[in-house]
Amino acid sequence: MSAQDDILDQETPQGFRQRFADFRENRPHLFLLAVMVLVPLFFMNPVTWLSLTISGLAMGLMLFIMASGMTLTFGLMGVLNLGHGAFISLGAFAGATVVVFWMGGHAGSGTLGMTLIALLAAFIFAMAVAGSLGLLFERFVIRPVYGDHLKQILVTVGGAIIIMEMIHVIWGPNEIPVPRPDLLRGAMILDDTVPLIGGVAVETYRLAAVLLGLAVYAAMVWVIERTKAGILIRAGVENTEMVEVLGYRIKLLFLGVFVAGSALAGLGGAMWSMYQEIITAHMGETLMISVIVVIILGGLGSIKGCFYGAILVGLINLYIGYLAPTFAAIATVGLMVGILMWRPQGLIPVIKV
Amino acid sequence: MSEPILKLSGVHADIDQYHILHGVDLVVPKGELTVLLGRNGAGKSTTLRTIMGLTLLRKGSLTFKGESIAGMPTPQIARKGIAFVPESMGIFALLSVRENMDLAAVSGPIDETRLEWVFGLFPPLKRFWNRPAGNLSGGQKQMLAIARAIIEPRELLLVDEPTKGLAPAIINDLAGAFEELKEQHASILLVEQNFNFSKRLGQSVAVMDDGRIVHTGQMAELAENDELQQELLGLSLGAHQ
Repeated sequence: MSAQDDILDQETPQGFRQRFADFRENRPHLFLLAVMVLVPLFFMNPVTWLSLTISGLAMGLMLFIMASGMTLTFGLMGVLNLGHGAFISLGAFAGATVVVFWMGGHAGSGTLGMTLIALLAAFIFAMAVAGSLGLLFERFVIRPVYGDHLKQILVTVGGAIIIMEMIHVIWGPNEIPVPRPDLLRGAMILDDTVPLIGGVAVETYRLAAVLLGLAVYAAMVWVIERTKAGILIRAGVENTEMVEVLGYRIKLLFLGVFVAGSALAGLGGAMWSMYQEIITAHMGETLMISVIVVIILGGLGSIKGCFYGAILVGLINLYIGYLAPTFAAIATVGLMVGILMWRPQGLIPVIKV
Repeated sequence: MSEPILKLSGVHADIDQYHILHGVDLVVPKGELTVLLGRNGAGKSTTLRTIMGLTLLRKGSLTFKGESIAGMPTPQIARKGIAFVPESMGIFALLSVRENMDLAAVSGPIDETRLEWVFGLFPPLKRFWNRPAGNLSGGQKQMLAIARAIIEPRELLLVDEPTKGLAPAIINDLAGAFEELKEQHASILLVEQNFNFSKRLGQSVAVMDDGRIVHTGQMAELAENDELQQELLGLSLGAHQ
């Protein structure tokens, strides 16, 4: 065939400076992550740095779980669900109901088996409650306002207020303490003989949250990259009309994503409840600022962008909280402003047709 | 003319506040390649989009194999066996060529024998099977768009200006692929502005102007009649050779 047969390949960059510039421009998420992780090393000792990094990763991964559903619903259908935070709160209360009220004795008994059963039950129940309400929320609140952002903002905020009031009605107006299971209390301390980082203490729960968060991310990547449903979601984020032209019902796909996103918000809320050890009906609302920052700086509609965005937000919160506590409050928004000035489209933008 | 597979009667359609189709009457015969010609803005693409349910049908009837498809949701129309290749091609740029094709195989995994046949029509797709579709050249994207439409047997193909912006060599390759589809008696409604391409492939022809069909007949007759071409399309064969 003709010369047009050749695929458009990029030139391989030559020399260190060119390769560095290429890395910075083509992999901004990895570049920023490297800068974010390495720079604080110059301002603190390695033991503190490692402890803060693991805590930041734990926070980031929980934020990712909470935010991933919202980024997909926006990417797929352009729906701005500002009520997403209510599902985080709902998941926290549902999870707490299992851990504190139903299985309190078992979760605190200290045996590994019972702790795992209690946690698993709490997380599954949180996901089931948030996912079920997500199904109703999409059907009766979101569906009538497709394509109209202003109405979406109004009705989803209104819907969130109703959910939060429902939480007050069911669980009462007071905050509820959620003690961690005995096995996840305290910290793991690295042996003093290990060079540089010997003696570092890492909270057991944070380490567990990192592992669970990475497992959820791996599962999501697998679904998105390897399954037909995942390919459909990615295709739908790019061009919803063409997905319908091929014969797929995009509204059904969206409903599935919305329910899964709500369930993940619920899981994130349940994990967060044990991270903070106290929950209120408004905790989701408070977390929404970080969630919105994460999905904007990650690139709306991008799961990978959301993952890196969440980790960056988690890390900067912990590093700045330690180095300059007075600036901690503006760290998250400051990070977003900085990244958007450099890349207005976010870290890993999705091309929308 | 063989029996019709698709029939439009008095079709009116709007895009926002603009009234685009003013009563389109069109019959697409089964097992033939019908070309829909017309100047820019005549309503050709809107006709295809209205058939697919992407533009709202305001008035008139749309029947496919004797069954009304007016007002049906787009996915349902597609599942009836109508494939649509839009003018924009609708390639999922971030997906690989393979993933684009996987999605087009709506009824299950891709049939390997049919895939080999598609590779025979469009060899670059095999070479770039696992590469992002967004990296393909314009001609290769058009090949992928058509390959998606034929990866499963369909009753009717609607193809909107496949030659737009392509080099002559690629247009020739595409024409070869359409000729092979014709040999298999596929039913195709092809919107085109390239008269030479249309003349080479078309069996029946319809010409649109101002949201209406102003001429229908056999392509061979139109190709031989310079006066009619001048009258309907404002062109003569000489200008396009």
